[in-house]
Amino acid sequence: MSEANEMSFNDAEQMGLSFEEWQLILKRLERTPNLCELGIFSAMWSEHCSYKSSKKWLKTLPTEGEQVIQGPGENAGVVDIGDGLAAVFKIESHNHPSFIEPYQGAATGVGGILRDVFTMGARPIALLNALRFGDISHEKTKHLLSGVVAGIGGYGNCIGIPTVGGEVNFHSSYNGNILVNAMAVGLAHSDRIFYSAATGAGNPVIYVGAKTGRDGIHGATMASAEFSDETESKRPTVQVGDPFTGKLLMEACLELMAADAVLSIQDMGAAGLTSSSVEMASKGGLGMEIDLDLVPVREVAMSAYEIMLSESQERMLMVIKPEQAETARAIFEKWDLDFMPIGKVTDTERLVLLKDNEIACDIPLAPLVDDAPEYDRPYRPEELQPVLSTAQLEKDLPLADVLQRLLSSADLSSRRWIYEQYDSDVMADTITGPGGDAALVRIHNTDKGLAVSTDCTPRYVDADAFEGGKQAVCEAYRNISASGAKPLAVTNNLNFGNPEKQDIMAQIVGAVNGMGNACRTLNTPVVSGNVSLYNETDGMAIQPCPVIGMIGIIDDWKQAKGCGLINAGKAIFVVGQNGDVNDGWLGCSVYAREIAGREGGAPPSVDPILEEKNGSLIRQAIANELIEAAHDISDGGLLVALAEMVIAGQCGAKITCPDSGSLHGWAFGEDQARYIAVVSDVPAFTALCAASDVEAIQIGETISECELTLAGLPPISKEDMAAWHRKTIDDLMA
Amino acid sequence: MRSAILIFPGSNCDRDMMVAVERITGRRPALVWHKDSQLDPVDIVIIPGGFSFGDYLRCGALAARAPAMEAVIDHASRGGAVLGVCNGFQILLETGLLPGTLVRNGGLKFVCREVRLAVQETLETPFLADLSNGSELRIPVAHNEGNYFADDALLDSLEQGGQVALRYVDNEPSRAANPNGSARNIAGILSANGRVMGMMPHPERAMGNGHPSDDGRKFLTSVLEGVAR
Repeated sequence: MSEANEMSFNDAEQMGLSFEEWQLILKRLERTPNLCELGIFSAMWSEHCSYKSSKKWLKTLPTEGEQVIQGPGENAGVVDIGDGLAAVFKIESHNHPSFIEPYQGAATGVGGILRDVFTMGARPIALLNALRFGDISHEKTKHLLSGVVAGIGGYGNCIGIPTVGGEVNFHSSYNGNILVNAMAVGLAHSDRIFYSAATGAGNPVIYVGAKTGRDGIHGATMASAEFSDETESKRPTVQVGDPFTGKLLMEACLELMAADAVLSIQDMGAAGLTSSSVEMASKGGLGMEIDLDLVPVREVAMSAYEIMLSESQERMLMVIKPEQAETARAIFEKWDLDFMPIGKVTDTERLVLLKDNEIACDIPLAPLVDDAPEYDRPYRPEELQPVLSTAQLEKDLPLADVLQRLLSSADLSSRRWIYEQYDSDVMADTITGPGGDAALVRIHNTDKGLAVSTDCTPRYVDADAFEGGKQAVCEAYRNISASGAKPLAVTNNLNFGNPEKQDIMAQIVGAVNGMGNACRTLNTPVVSGNVSLYNETDGMAIQPCPVIGMIGIIDDWKQAKGCGLINAGKAIFVVGQNGDVNDGWLGCSVYAREIAGREGGAPPSVDPILEEKNGSLIRQAIANELIEAAHDISDGGLLVALAEMVIAGQCGAKITCPDSGSLHGWAFGEDQARYIAVVSDVPAFTALCAASDVEAIQIGETISECELTLAGLPPISKEDMAAWHRKTIDDLMA
Repeated sequence: MRSAILIFPGSNCDRDMMVAVERITGRRPALVWHKDSQLDPVDIVIIPGGFSFGDYLRCGALAARAPAMEAVIDHASRGGAVLGVCNGFQILLETGLLPGTLVRNGGLKFVCREVRLAVQETLETPFLADLSNGSELRIPVAHNEGNYFADDALLDSLEQGGQVALRYVDNEPSRAANPNGSARNIAGILSANGRVMGMMPHPERAMGNGHPSDDGRKFLTSVLEGVAR
């Protein structure tokens, strides 16, 4: 393809555009586009940038609430946390690049999400992630896991933002398509938020940060296509991150914002200079003119197409107050970063690009954004999976053997090998780091704490997308509540297969509906998010993974609780369960998969109203100082949760098992809306439960011996459980 | 008590150290930008952790040649006290104010965890004056290149001269207690005059008040009170 030549449908098809989309471009331009123009259309209309398959459904999500300062549509969502402060946060995927080049793919995923947050004027204070890898025995898993973890750490550790939490699953459906989602949370003054809409025709457009190279060209388009055996040949389209430059850029931007010089700002993420210039101009209802010869480049003879589609990292585009230009330049010179006026805001509502004194592109902005295709893709409602009874799944094995196998299963095993590679303490405000329920980060110089959690259970979503979508929200809600913090809002990352397939589209519709349902009931609106589709390799889709990243606030971080057992002689309660329950939901559980060898089956049903009731009770009990440790019951059920509390704590637990019904169902069932609470004031706690109409039952007490004792069975020592817990990932990575 | 904290591009523990010092002394440290070649008189210069200059070339190598470090070398040559933590330790080795080197962790991975340290019997130094020999400190490490390396002759002379300040221990210095494979479990060393100290663990992250340990506060209190005497 030569730059000046008129393009044909063949060229458009190579860039991932359909024939209908090609026809639409011709109609809107009333002529044939050149290479640069076609590249801009294909990037802006890619699934990654346009959300064309998901937009119809995303619009149904609740996005408003009195706590919301900025909902979806900006670089990140903004939520009021009181005292004039705001939490700014978002999650984003970097799946395809991370499979091709795990270190750089994951590192630039972290860099990108950090830019989204500090672009809004917020100083990042926490990083989290949600990762999915293939089967633990698959030949590529070890290589991908070590590369991704090193990449996440490589960026976050260097830039000096603590990685405080995350989640990981392993499943064969990710063998050829891993998921790497990174979340960042920042802190800003609620009256000092910066937005991307360009203002004031004639104002200078400034390019800052690193130089533009030929890396990552057309990455957004790659992220919008299925994988095949040849995908690894796309290695050159993976960007290379430089956390050092990222750190300088972050400090320079925050300093510039404090100097009140910035009118609007947008990071150059997916589709680089294309999406940043188009979004800034179109959101402002204006136009933009850029001289590409002024763009700082690090390679010679870059074409207009290459400059516009490069995804080189650590770059920003901004419009500044003209009178502050010299202040701005001085700040960037202090930080040794490029600072280059490359164009101006216009009132033409067109994007005009000059290159070598010629017009390389002159297109109206409206079609790029407003006329971007939006599809109502057909979907085939899923057939509901059968309910599997406990009798169908229960195996005749001793409880301790089952516990050993579950604690050492890939999905439940300790993540210590992973999170010890992340600096979780830098900034010195981490109160609860990785390894528990929610992470808790102190808001610097205050008594407040921000609780954060990322969650999704793909096997539930796979079996029943609606229930699974609800469950991702509710599990995050439980994790936040178990720390004592009040859930505020969520960001989501929808990872699915090819939406042109009706069963995949049905997963998207079901999961989004489920998320919306839960978010409405729990009053946790969706304020930002990301969609990653086409997660397929050679036609095989991933287990759907709509990740929720939730934040919550606690007024006094000293009141927050962890999950480790602290003192002996305290009552252990299960909240959300009554004495009549001596069975449990084993269908679609980790037990069913690991012990009974059966995947699928209907997942446990999720009732957000009950979740709200039980979660409120836990938070109230923590606020009233009635409980000294709390843990949500999720994967692996009650006994796994208890084991985790012993492993994380300084004492043990003695538990009475029910004398009838299914012991395994009781121990390993994954019924929702439940917590384990270690109660220090039983009368007040039971009174609170009664007043709140919440079911709770005492199942045992804490003991000074560091062991888990089930009445009538030999005690299981903490050392044994910790060793089982550590074994699988340590052995794999040794 | 006057202190200064150096800031290089890529430093990322400067604020944490500033907060820690201010909490102990009640006085905010002076912040010195790497391009400044002037250093006002202070009782101690602290070089904080981070990734100065992105760890490019070698950890600490570029920072060691910054104008501010010339002033620090000058300050040290007049007997001034200097504490380097993590990347600050690496920088002090690159300047030659401390002997030996720090290489990649034995496990070839970044490691962030709490470690146990034993205060060693040392030559006369203001840093450890209030900490008894053998007392144990729990303080976190977070680094990629904290594996202290030197030839046996140098290690012997450091030990004999009382220049080993801190070792990783699990009651005793053991392999399991050593997070990075450092020679003889060394976590921190002193200069021959006892006025310059480098250490890998981050005391500013063990200040109590929400941190799992407050031994870093104990340590920094000893350092800051020691140099002010």
